[in-house]
Amino acid sequence: MEIPSVVGAGLAVIGAGIGIGMIGGRAMEAIARQPEAYGKIQTAMLIAAALIEGIGFAAIFAG
Amino acid sequence: MRKSLVRKLLAATLLCLGPVLFAKESSPEAKGPEGIKAEIKEYIDHHLQDSHSFNIASYTDDQGHEVHWGFPLPVILWDDGLKVFSSSKFHHGETVAESGGNHYMLYHNKIYRTDAEGTIDYDAEHHPTNVKPLDLSITKNVVMMLFTGLLLFWIFAGMAKTYAEHGGIPKGAAKFFEPIVLYIRDDIAIPNIGEKKYKRYLPFLLTIFFFIWFLNMFGLTPLGVNVTGNIAVTTALAVIVFLITSFTGTKDYWKHIFDPLGNAMPWYGKLIIYIILVPIEILGMFIKPFALLIRLYANMTAGHVVLMSLIGLIFIFKSWVGGPLSFGLSFAISLIEVLVALLQAYIFTMLSALYFGFASEEHDHEHESEEPVLEHL
Repeated sequence: MEIPSVVGAGLAVIGAGIGIGMIGGRAMEAIARQPEAYGKIQTAMLIAAALIEGIGFAAIFAG
Repeated sequence: MRKSLVRKLLAATLLCLGPVLFAKESSPEAKGPEGIKAEIKEYIDHHLQDSHSFNIASYTDDQGHEVHWGFPLPVILWDDGLKVFSSSKFHHGETVAESGGNHYMLYHNKIYRTDAEGTIDYDAEHHPTNVKPLDLSITKNVVMMLFTGLLLFWIFAGMAKTYAEHGGIPKGAAKFFEPIVLYIRDDIAIPNIGEKKYKRYLPFLLTIFFFIWFLNMFGLTPLGVNVTGNIAVTTALAVIVFLITSFTGTKDYWKHIFDPLGNAMPWYGKLIIYIILVPIEILGMFIKPFALLIRLYANMTAGHVVLMSLIGLIFIFKSWVGGPLSFGLSFAISLIEVLVALLQAYIFTMLSALYFGFASEEHDHEHESEEPVLEHL
């Protein structure tokens, strides 16, 4: 049986979602531990999230 | 105090009006659920594309006539010489336009050369085989970009004047924009590019940030434009970033690409590693701006598709549930999209600054191992 490509795209997006969730969660923990590093943590978090998001979109377009 | 409340109310009304006006554009006819779904899909596809006329709303009136609100735009073609005519000649793609002895027809928003009857020939995959003239038209997206450019120029030239008049104290619009400009300088440009060289890149970073942000925000207004969700626009922006990165690259930047190990290894050792490493580094040069263009394009397109699909729910439900549900969901997504519009402009600027930072860095050769973590973005 052939699996449609949209299923693969969906799986990739689930992965990307979990990844971004983990980044957000860990960033929260880091900020709670060191509130003075808020700015730096936020920047690093956004860059990492943006990169993972790119993979998610690539999967959607391939799917 | 009262004035600000009125303003807030006005802004809220405008935000709510967006979905309502969008909804007006579709024509709910008596069709089966499949027909309506196909029509919504076609409508969304049409919205995502660039267009030769600035169409704000169109509907079918009681007599069954199609009514279009908007204005035509100039069509400029290079096809055996320059051909310039108004897009009103196409009558929204229904008629053949004639200019200088040639006939043109719109098919899926692209202009094809046809005979006087407007026949379009198709190949086996239903792609038109007609000649496509070089299209340099002022389309809807071009109009929006020119408008945004002029608007930015007007705002910032005015701001510069108030600064000069009041001795560097922000007044009016400057009160709003000064913190943003300072944020880009102090939190994006300086940390990524460095104290010494940031001034060369700052004008570009500010321009690209406000340009993308304004275009993203215009995409949420009832004008129905989708400029940053057009892959050609984002490609052009990314190509500019790539050119700046390449042409301002220092010796160390190019050395990092073609000779990353330096004196750490004898040449015969490097040879084996470089067969793999150098092509990857060269690919990385192109992948960085490519990721930039795909990210902006995909985010904005996805936002528009989600928003318009939610509005389409009204026509799928066809009961009292549809309206409030669609309104609530699209209102919430609109608010998220306002955030995304800012976030995507920020990410684009941030990553551009990061790439410029790589390009302009001069290695302290003592600390070769302490390279930035985000080297291979």
